[in-house]
Amino acid sequence: MKALLIRDLQLATRAGGGFGLGLAFFLIVCTLVPFGVGPQGGTLARIAPGILWVGALLACLLSLDRIFALDWEDGSLDLLATAPVPLEGAVLVKAAAHWITTGLPLVLAAPLFGLLLHLPDAAQPWLVLSLAIGTPALSMLGAFGAALTVGLRRGGLLLSLLVLPLYVPTLIFGAEAVRLGAAGGDPATPLVFLAAITLAVLAAIPFAASAALRVNLR
Amino acid sequence: MTALLSVTDLAVARGGRRAVEGVSFELHPAQALILRGPNGIGKTTLLRCVAGLQPPVEGRIDAAPDTVAYAAHADGLKGALTVAENLRFWSSTFAGPGIDAALETMNLRDLADRPAALLSAGQKRRLGLARLLVTGRPLWVLDEPTVSLDAASVALFAEAVRAHLGAGGAALMATHIDLGLPEASILDLTPFRADPTRATRGAPAGFDEAFA
Repeated sequence: MKALLIRDLQLATRAGGGFGLGLAFFLIVCTLVPFGVGPQGGTLARIAPGILWVGALLACLLSLDRIFALDWEDGSLDLLATAPVPLEGAVLVKAAAHWITTGLPLVLAAPLFGLLLHLPDAAQPWLVLSLAIGTPALSMLGAFGAALTVGLRRGGLLLSLLVLPLYVPTLIFGAEAVRLGAAGGDPATPLVFLAAITLAVLAAIPFAASAALRVNLR
Repeated sequence: MTALLSVTDLAVARGGRRAVEGVSFELHPAQALILRGPNGIGKTTLLRCVAGLQPPVEGRIDAAPDTVAYAAHADGLKGALTVAENLRFWSSTFAGPGIDAALETMNLRDLADRPAALLSAGQKRRLGLARLLVTGRPLWVLDEPTVSLDAASVALFAEAVRAHLGAGGAALMATHIDLGLPEASILDLTPFRADPTRATRGAPAGFDEAFA
């Protein structure tokens, strides 16, 4: 499983691997919004938590179809399914690799993007924390969607339609935590809910996704 | 001697239609079996069932767990990784032996540091077959293993299979061409073609078969 993680990270950082694509997309979203909304700091600061979370979610979505589709096309998925590694473990590892290449950079760069959107200083730590807790759930849910659509050509759009509704709870509690932090409140409650969603998803998705993969491999 | 693989009265289906049925054979260590038959008869489907990627419709497949090394039309190579990196990945995934012997056997030593994307079709195939050697698994299940190989490479491959059999392994292969393995027994699947009246029926027999 370690070998799989290392290989996926290697592939992501080599030519055509798409590392940093999500981050660049996030940056563009956060630069475009002030152009669209106008330069009033007050308005931006009010919508910043929502924009940041929606941006993170879309950036995550961008590279989801690569989780399994590439391995499916070149036959690696068949070989992984016959390997001694349980398929559930392979799903977990591949989702983890996706998180490290897209979610983690977003978490680390979020304070910078918060500045672009006039996010109040008080909310900055909560933004980082909520993204750190919430983005693993985005990668795991995405892995489930990717497993469902793995056999389909051009399944990317369908994948988005399947996965985005599943992202709603994470979005609600993630953005709420940042909003409460910006307003000077105590964001503990939404953060706990966010953590609960992530943990539930971490526990359940490997089994659901590998079941979907097994059906698609037949 | 216990069989590495024992297939009893097997029926397999592709897309809800039965392909072959009533197939039985046993594969002991040091034995090779070549499956023959016209296109579309279900050789690939049968091999996927044996590899555990697909459940059989009927019958039994008995093999010890974690014995099968499967190689199909797609070699499972990553173009961005070098030949050695590709092999090393599969070697550590299967907890198999090191990659040096495999590189030597399939004559890939000089290509070890090349990205797999730059290999020719035949070289990719050789790398795909070298992967079998690093799995350390006793039962090779090979689907058209010699596609795009030249005569010299086919001979290399036959030699590798022979060495594998000599070490107590077994091989189950589907192929149309002569592999230069006179000791292998041949099973023609044509007589096992599924009953045409059932085979041509469009609707699958039930929910389970539709997904079989």
